[in-house]
Amino acid sequence: MANVISDETIEYVGILAKLELSGEEKEEAKKDMGRMLDYIDMLNELDTGGVEPMSHVFAMHNVFREDVVTNGDEREKILKNAPEQKDGSFKVPKTVE
Amino acid sequence: MKIWEMTALELGRKIKSGEIGVAEAAKASLEQIGALEPEIHAYVTVDEDNALKKAAEIQKRIDSGELTGPLAGVPAAVKDNLCTEGLLTTCSSKILYNFVPTYTAEAVRNLEKAGAVILGKTNMDEFAMGSTTETSAFGATRNPWNPEHVPGGSSGGSCAAVAAGECFYALGSDTGGSIRQPSSFCGVTGIKPTYGTVSRYGLIAYGSSLDQIGPIAKNVSDCAAVLETIASYDKKDSTSIPRTDCDFTSALTDDVQGLRIGIPRDYFGEGLDPEVKAAVLSAAKVLEEKGAVVEEFDLSLVEYAIPAYYVIASAEASSNLSRFDGVKYGLRAKDYEGLHSMYKKSRSEGFGPEVKRRIMLGSFVLSSGYYDAYYLKALRTKALIKKAFDKAFERFDVILGPAAPTTAPRLGESLSDPLKMYLGDIYTVSVNLAGLPGMTVPCAVDSKGLPIGLQLIGDCFQEKKIIRAGYAFEQSRVYQEPELAKNVRTARDAAGDGMSGRREPGAARADGTYMGGVYTPDKAACIASDKITGYKADGTGKGGARL
Amino acid sequence: MSRQYETVIGLEVHVELATKTKIFCGCSTAFGGAPNTHTCPVCTGMPGSLPVLNKQVVEYALAVGLATNCAVNQYCKFDRKNYFYPDNPQNYQISQLYLPICRDGWVEIETAAGRKKVGIHEIHMEEDAGKLIHDEWDDCSLVDYNRSGVPLIEIVSEPDMRSSDEVIAYLEKLRLIIQYLGASDCKLQEGSMRADVNLSVREAGAQELGTRTEMKNLNSFKAIARAIEGERRRQIERIEEGKKVIQETRRWDDNKESSYAMRSKEDAQDYRYFPDPDLTPVVISDAWIQAIRERQPEMRTEKLARYQTEFQLPLYDAEILTSSKHMADVFEETAALCGKPKEVSNWLMVEAMRLLKENEMDMEDMAFSPENLAKLIGLVDQNAINRTVAKTVFEEIFAHDVDPEKYVEEKGLRIVSDEGALRRTVGEILAANPQSVADYHNGKAKAMGFLVGQTMRAMKGKADPSKVNQIVKELLTSGSDLRYSTEKMKEDKE
Repeated sequence: MANVISDETIEYVGILAKLELSGEEKEEAKKDMGRMLDYIDMLNELDTGGVEPMSHVFAMHNVFREDVVTNGDEREKILKNAPEQKDGSFKVPKTVE
Repeated sequence: MKIWEMTALELGRKIKSGEIGVAEAAKASLEQIGALEPEIHAYVTVDEDNALKKAAEIQKRIDSGELTGPLAGVPAAVKDNLCTEGLLTTCSSKILYNFVPTYTAEAVRNLEKAGAVILGKTNMDEFAMGSTTETSAFGATRNPWNPEHVPGGSSGGSCAAVAAGECFYALGSDTGGSIRQPSSFCGVTGIKPTYGTVSRYGLIAYGSSLDQIGPIAKNVSDCAAVLETIASYDKKDSTSIPRTDCDFTSALTDDVQGLRIGIPRDYFGEGLDPEVKAAVLSAAKVLEEKGAVVEEFDLSLVEYAIPAYYVIASAEASSNLSRFDGVKYGLRAKDYEGLHSMYKKSRSEGFGPEVKRRIMLGSFVLSSGYYDAYYLKALRTKALIKKAFDKAFERFDVILGPAAPTTAPRLGESLSDPLKMYLGDIYTVSVNLAGLPGMTVPCAVDSKGLPIGLQLIGDCFQEKKIIRAGYAFEQSRVYQEPELAKNVRTARDAAGDGMSGRREPGAARADGTYMGGVYTPDKAACIASDKITGYKADGTGKGGARL
Repeated sequence: MSRQYETVIGLEVHVELATKTKIFCGCSTAFGGAPNTHTCPVCTGMPGSLPVLNKQVVEYALAVGLATNCAVNQYCKFDRKNYFYPDNPQNYQISQLYLPICRDGWVEIETAAGRKKVGIHEIHMEEDAGKLIHDEWDDCSLVDYNRSGVPLIEIVSEPDMRSSDEVIAYLEKLRLIIQYLGASDCKLQEGSMRADVNLSVREAGAQELGTRTEMKNLNSFKAIARAIEGERRRQIERIEEGKKVIQETRRWDDNKESSYAMRSKEDAQDYRYFPDPDLTPVVISDAWIQAIRERQPEMRTEKLARYQTEFQLPLYDAEILTSSKHMADVFEETAALCGKPKEVSNWLMVEAMRLLKENEMDMEDMAFSPENLAKLIGLVDQNAINRTVAKTVFEEIFAHDVDPEKYVEEKGLRIVSDEGALRRTVGEILAANPQSVADYHNGKAKAMGFLVGQTMRAMKGKADPSKVNQIVKELLTSGSDLRYSTEKMKEDKE
């Protein structure tokens, strides 16, 4: 396997992705990611020099809204699925120490 | 002919003429659901009460002459990644086990406007990530042709429901083949339209630049009619494209005279099942005999589509799925210490292994130092693939090939090796990368009795050409329904009441899975279990729904 | 021998744009709603929702870019900045990294050290985050998404500033330009203008830049000045102690006058930017740029010249009146209403400036309506109130935006124009002060001043002083009325 994924990398990606993997899952993830990256490295066979990265297939542009208020008070709906709420707000664990 | 055996348009005509009532049609579907769901598990949620209520309303609007469309009153199913106001929408994920949207996806609204009776929400691979519908947190869906086999994915629930007569048509979504591959495995017809044709507003995103909603039905005519209904320019979706050529049913002519069909040699190489190959090539013959000009050619770059696709789709997914964090909706872990622990625990408990795998990969390829090497490289590859298609469509009207290298694998066979599973997307992903329309039409049944699908690919905005080819081919073949559906019907007819396979609603209520008139999977069990790993070899689908 | 250090400062200034709706949805941007009442599926990150760009945001960003001498990226895109925090409902912020709307601009500033240009590296558009309220009782935080999705531009300067004076001058300059454009009200206290300070120090004469830190949470010019001084000192101390300055983000606590690092091991600071697939690129044509240029409102330099010629104001006055767009607006609107620009200028230059200073307010904080100031000027002009009363009324207008006409009526402040009543009062005052009357007749002219003053006091200021003067003089010299009054008083007593 050309791509060897270190414990640090998996730890780091876990922080970015906010995923907590068990020891077993981490080993799996290292293996899976290494294999996938080996496979993805196949792209290096392609000469893409001078090719613009294509995010959108169609050259659509300037899709705008006018600056007009269209929404009213939807608080009740917005909070409907909240796991926890208080005083019309989403309740979360304290964000400052 | 039993009601559930009809195509959507046949039923629509009979409803219009008053021969069949809307409620009668809805009940026929619900009975079929009742009979087959224990075996198939195509649905995550069946909205029985509401469907019947809606049926009565729609009947009135048809009677008053307000609803006149060809699909008015026809029962349909919707993939569970499309938001439906007031109706549970889970993406087959534990992280959305209790999510009830407060708005309806634009495509579903278009169906509702046309008088559709929405029966419920269909099972899928979790967040549409998978090719078998086994990654659903609520248990796998089974193939109506053979319950030991997968229905394909990720729109496996929608395809299985159509094949089993549990609805007359369904909506699916296709990011890398999620409509076309399960349509092939289930012997039904499905279209992935040109990117931007159907609004993505209300579709819970997987890979935003690749996702498209499309119809799944028993034949090409139904698909064209449904696509005509759901296609719309939507100002709420910036990538929606205003089109004036969405009269897809106008292409339902049995005429392929002079239609230039290209067969990419690269689609018929190593890895393709010989039976699939033979069936697809003989389908090409049928079209040739009808007057199409069929020619082989080299498409090129086929093998690079999968790595490029997995980089782009995973990267977008890692960002799209970051909103599932236990703050605004869905699952929040019970025990945590502080904010970041809440995030990590909720997401780790809420997402299944395949979703985590792709989020990890996507986060990695976007991370500092790798963005150029992986993400931009993939976007450049995408540009080359698009160019290769552009070149092909200078010569051809339609590209014809298989939808998948094999017929449906057995349950549990694919998940053990993710990379191998990804390779099964070889004929479908490039179509998403290039934004093209693609369609699967059933063309044969293999020696194991499993259906084989033919894929027709068109240039951007050329759905009509593939519809024309698909329709012409279809005329040479009789729609085959799966054995299972036949058997159940036979058993039911023998019982004489037409209800023998139906599960008792009371039973569902007793075990706590009945929620406000909505049958749902066993969410309580799902949440109680520590981890959901999808399908278990013993067929129980640990924690999953067995209605 | 102590070493000399140079401070190198660059600023990231966030400005909330004055659009009616948010950047990607039709929710109102109005301040002060109850939590989450200006929200929808888009700005709360509901699954399946999609953003659509508000055209006005692009127009404002372009206007600011052009006014700060930027080059426009005629093909610009939005990118996602990925990080988890509860005020960020999607856990990514839609911003611009790779192709921001404007680049390479500058503004000129003036400080005691002279004039200089401060470079603008780029201006980009992005969405604001929601608000977190910390609930001490419940040991939790509450999330309000009313501000989530409010449009911002971020103006990133080059590291061209060397002192807090320059920083303040730069911020004031930006604020003035943006206010003149009407693109934002730029209130630091309310957070519609926020500045993050990137600061490093290096030995004087050194070519390379030192390691910089970024300071956040600066919500007044004073806090910015203090934070710059504090951070400069902290970095120099570290260097002198032989320690390294760490590149980090620090939060300024203005009460403690010190900063602390905002680091956490859960903060990887790796934002994984990539182009947002839900949005299409913005293509800005030459014609569009031209149209924005043509629509550009009168800026300060033009106003300054016009005030001197059109209204004949002295340069000094014109400078003060145009130093805030709001002040200039109040001036022009009031002048248009009452047709007396000189008078308006006087009120603003003297009374308004005095009250602003006394109350430690910014010009932007003046909340009274030009209508009321115009009415006040009208009352004075009609001689309906005298100057002293007018000043009191102005204070009321300034503080509570009262309608001066109603206020004067209610409080009975109108000048008493009934001459009979005035004569009676003067008569009474003269009768009550025989000594002063005698003094006057004995040639002490000052005594008359006293009698006038007494009359004004008795009239509670509601008399026209010149009229009082005239009557006092008349009665002092005639005598008949005096007698009459004296007799009448006696009668009254009896």
